[in-house]
Amino acid sequence: MIEIKDLHKSYKMGKNSLHVLKGINFNVEEGELVAIMGSSGSGKSTLLNILGMLDELDEGSYTLDGVAIKNLNETKAAQYRNKFLGFIFQSFNLINYKSAAENVALPLYYQKVARKERQEKALKYLTQVGLKEWAGHLPSELSGGQKQRVAIARAMAAEPKVLLADEPTGALDSKTSYEVMDLIQKINDQGNTILIVTHEPDIADMCKRIVHLKDGVIIEDKKIEQVRASKYV
Amino acid sequence: MGFLFDRNTWQEIFGSISKNRTRTIITIIGVLWGIFIYIALSGAAKGLDNGFDKVFKTVAINSMFVWAQSTSMPYDGFKTGRPLQLKLEDVQTIQNRIPEVQYIAPRITQGNFGSEPVYTVRGQKYGSYVLNGDYPIYTKISTKKIYDGGRFINQEDIEQSRKVIVIGERVEQELYTKDEDPVGTWIRVGSVYFQVIGVHKLAQGVSFDSDTAMFIPFTTYQKLYNSGDNIGYMCIAAYDNVDVVQVEKDIKTLLKNIHRVDPEDERAFGSFNLGEVFSKTMGFADGLTFMSLVVGIATILAGVIGIGNILLISVKERTKELGVRRALGATPAEVRNQIVMESVFLTLIAGILGIILGAGVLALINSFTKDIDFPYTNPTVPIPYVIGALVIMVVLGTLIGLIPAQRAVSIRPIEALREE
Repeated sequence: MIEIKDLHKSYKMGKNSLHVLKGINFNVEEGELVAIMGSSGSGKSTLLNILGMLDELDEGSYTLDGVAIKNLNETKAAQYRNKFLGFIFQSFNLINYKSAAENVALPLYYQKVARKERQEKALKYLTQVGLKEWAGHLPSELSGGQKQRVAIARAMAAEPKVLLADEPTGALDSKTSYEVMDLIQKINDQGNTILIVTHEPDIADMCKRIVHLKDGVIIEDKKIEQVRASKYV
Repeated sequence: MGFLFDRNTWQEIFGSISKNRTRTIITIIGVLWGIFIYIALSGAAKGLDNGFDKVFKTVAINSMFVWAQSTSMPYDGFKTGRPLQLKLEDVQTIQNRIPEVQYIAPRITQGNFGSEPVYTVRGQKYGSYVLNGDYPIYTKISTKKIYDGGRFINQEDIEQSRKVIVIGERVEQELYTKDEDPVGTWIRVGSVYFQVIGVHKLAQGVSFDSDTAMFIPFTTYQKLYNSGDNIGYMCIAAYDNVDVVQVEKDIKTLLKNIHRVDPEDERAFGSFNLGEVFSKTMGFADGLTFMSLVVGIATILAGVIGIGNILLISVKERTKELGVRRALGATPAEVRNQIVMESVFLTLIAGILGIILGAGVLALINSFTKDIDFPYTNPTVPIPYVIGALVIMVVLGTLIGLIPAQRAVSIRPIEALREE
């Protein structure tokens, strides 16, 4: 599903150049649940941004579902993001003046899906994350865990090839974190490919594979025995 | 441009502006105020314009009076200070020689310009009033509204030197009781009895005659006062599209020629040119209209810039939202369109509200000024002006909206999404 070869990325800061990613080689198969771990500054967020087409790579190649992601203009990138990717953010990033259902329907709006179908799909995915009764509520009326579940539903709504989650449990307490992870595992069970950036080992243990980043290189890439989050819920 | 007609686009725009209520209201107030000022000002200017029109409606707009004074220069053997007298044949000469003159009405008068008013008696009641000897053509220059079945002097009155009289509104009030009909009754003017044929109502606006004036046939006046061919002054109306100032000069030159007066003598003949006064007044009204246009457009501009400003701030506020939208697949064009459309939509709503409010205020002013004696009538703004203002607003709204829209697009989604 994802193929990355010899990926380099550096940021220019004044005269200095900060070499963040120093040759990453990395493949993800369909249906995998991968945790990308590393301390802050290890380059894990940069890697996710490049995977999410929010940032451009300097060197190397990136192929997503057989499509080479290269030299994209903003419009093309936006279309690819819409088609291929679902984002889950640490701070949820729900649009605060839109109800839960409208937030979930937003990617479908950009896919030019008709309004009625948007609403049906939004409700379907909200049901899947267990928030059907909250469809009409604004994000400010939801708890942290509920917000993240709305965000997951939104990421799912566009039916993307890959879900990218940047510290999805970073702003949540342990119990809520496990509930969210339980949901992510269930989505993964349905065959969705999910990448999670995290620095919490217990969250990483709930994935099927852990990629460890340090100073811009992969130091460890191992398949693990998944810990089911449902045990803690 | 298909997105313009897509219901979804509008739902998205409407959602965004209706949910950010404070911002929307503040934004709207700016432009609303601008268009309101514009409508109210230009409507008020138009009202004044209409008011002047109404005031001048009762008289021929490019009319003038000419009278004789005395010479101030010696000429052709005559010494200075020779008194001049206008004659009936001067009228004919002017009419023959100056084609720009449409109507010319000679008039002889008693009771104006320092002469004694005429003692008038009816039964036990009496008063002193101005008496004019007139031709029927006078009504072409100054409209006379005659009450209740009466009439003004006609050609037969002139031919037969009838002893008939048209009296003023105040004369009626002073000589008659309320329920009497003056038409057909007789009054004594000086020592001669006249039959009243009409009562003239004082015209609203400019009037050459007061409500104490009385009118008798010119020929009757001649016989009564033995005034021969003398006339007091001439009322002259030029055609609508001629230069009245030039006509006035021509007439005076001709009169100087007839009466053997030095062509340089400025004081031999006096005149009052209503056309000149009128064009000055209208010039003032036009100036006011123009000023209201300038002020109005400047205010609209300020309002639209205000919208741009607030949208610019709101783009900064909404950086994250716009970043999320782009992460979810909004193309830069879609983001730009949304911001521009928000700007245009806000401008338009504000504009329409401002127009309604302005029209309301104008209606209010109209109802207050209806009955007062002030040249102010029917304050309206021509529809093309309103549409023009709306078009200007939409264009400006689009242009101004482009600035925040460009800003919104220039922020890369990754920067927008960066955790604070």
